[in-house]
Amino acid sequence: MTLLMDTNVIASEPNAHGYAEFTLGEFHFRRDEYFVYVKWPTGSHVMSADAFLRAMQRDVAWNFFYGIVNFDGVVGTVNHYGTVDLFAGRYNDAYRKAEMDHVENFQSENIKATFERMLADWTNASFDPFASPEETGSAFGDKNGSNLAAVTRRRVASRRMVSCDDDEQLRTDATHPINRMFADVAQDSPLVEPEPGFESDVKAYNLFAYLSRSDVTWNPSVVSVCKDSLYCPTTEEYILPIIHGNDRVEWFVQLSDEIIWAVEDRDTGAARTRVVMKPGDVASMPANIRHQGYAPKRAMLLVWENADGALPELYATGKLPSHPVDF
Amino acid sequence: MTTYVTRFGSLNQYEKGGVEIIDDDPKRYTFSNIFDVAAHSRPYEKVAVGKNRQYVLEAIRAEGDSDWRRTAHDEFALVMDGEVEVVLHRLSPDEEPPEGTQGSIQLGHEPAGPRMGRVVARRGHMTLLPAHAAYRFRAEKPAVVLLQTIEGADTLYRWGEICQTH
Ligand SMILES: [Fe+2]
Repeated sequence: MTLLMDTNVIASEPNAHGYAEFTLGEFHFRRDEYFVYVKWPTGSHVMSADAFLRAMQRDVAWNFFYGIVNFDGVVGTVNHYGTVDLFAGRYNDAYRKAEMDHVENFQSENIKATFERMLADWTNASFDPFASPEETGSAFGDKNGSNLAAVTRRRVASRRMVSCDDDEQLRTDATHPINRMFADVAQDSPLVEPEPGFESDVKAYNLFAYLSRSDVTWNPSVVSVCKDSLYCPTTEEYILPIIHGNDRVEWFVQLSDEIIWAVEDRDTGAARTRVVMKPGDVASMPANIRHQGYAPKRAMLLVWENADGALPELYATGKLPSHPVDF
Repeated sequence: MTTYVTRFGSLNQYEKGGVEIIDDDPKRYTFSNIFDVAAHSRPYEKVAVGKNRQYVLEAIRAEGDSDWRRTAHDEFALVMDGEVEVVLHRLSPDEEPPEGTQGSIQLGHEPAGPRMGRVVARRGHMTLLPAHAAYRFRAEKPAVVLLQTIEGADTLYRWGEICQTH
């Protein structure tokens, strides 16, 4: 595993609980049986180890995603697409007022190397940070093996559409059994009848069956691409392990079941809205909010993104309004 | 042991959630429902339910035959309810949309280019509508398609009618 060979990572020898401690700039991270402790020059913070690892897993797998990945109300990252801010208290009104907030900017590859190694070292054999709580074992206790296969899953990203040539392929029983909560989802295939010579352009597949076989939760993955318009559906169960702060407008289409969203002001954390989404519902999420979703039963959510790299600047400078449509 | 039931919506059975405001304006959330929009649309109206700059998501009530449409870029049709047949033809050079055309536009006649094939898609099935193709939808019974595309001349905007406003 190359990630364990990375030499730019500042890691200690195992502590009394068997876990390495990590230093990144002026931040220090350590874990024990139950908790992760984060320290910076003006403050410190504690998180449950399972919540921390679930959040860290998304941040690493998504390459810091769009905008802000809040691990909770205090610590998180801001993606500047090439560099990444690691912050504490920066988007928390009380920490700001107390001047206990702290931000440091890192080259993306450097912070990623540290996060990958932390995730690998702190995830025990019994725990899969991408799985729902009912489908994985405990994150807790002293160091007990590792689960590298789970924490280094390949990110699924279609270039045109799932099932197209040289693209992401359909999921089968051999690698992706149907999830227990989607056992009733129809597995039928569309009838596809290309004329000779048009096999590459006449394509269709069962997206809902594809999603019913997802082995991870809260992990948007591209399935179709119309220039910068990306369909990033994901299957959701329990709580989104991060609070996502937008740097652009994003949209949700509820494909199945129900998700409840808590929406807060991105910069202060003040509550703004609750959004309840049922099958067929569509909602935009403004560019200046952060949100966290709650899914009582595994649900199919279509996250619709605009990957245009110019957007964060346009929203940040007020050249675009934070909501998508005036009516 | 719980038996799980996966809930999808349909034209005949859908239940909307909604926006519960604490300190905000509901219009910022552009909250609508695809089945509700299709239930109140005429066949093959392309009603935007999502818009992110030039990109749109259109809710389309498929019923009977659509007109023949042509596109210069890939579009993707996801059937949300019912069954839809898609027939595809390669555009002949003089059928290509004018330079810079986005979304799809009417072809205006039967396609002159070679038949590419057909797809019959049901709920949950996603069909590629490839660049430089003409396509026609056919649905025996009312069906619902969500189209991933770019705003075009025939995209309809009815935000005030379809979205939660208070
Ligand atoms: Fe988000």
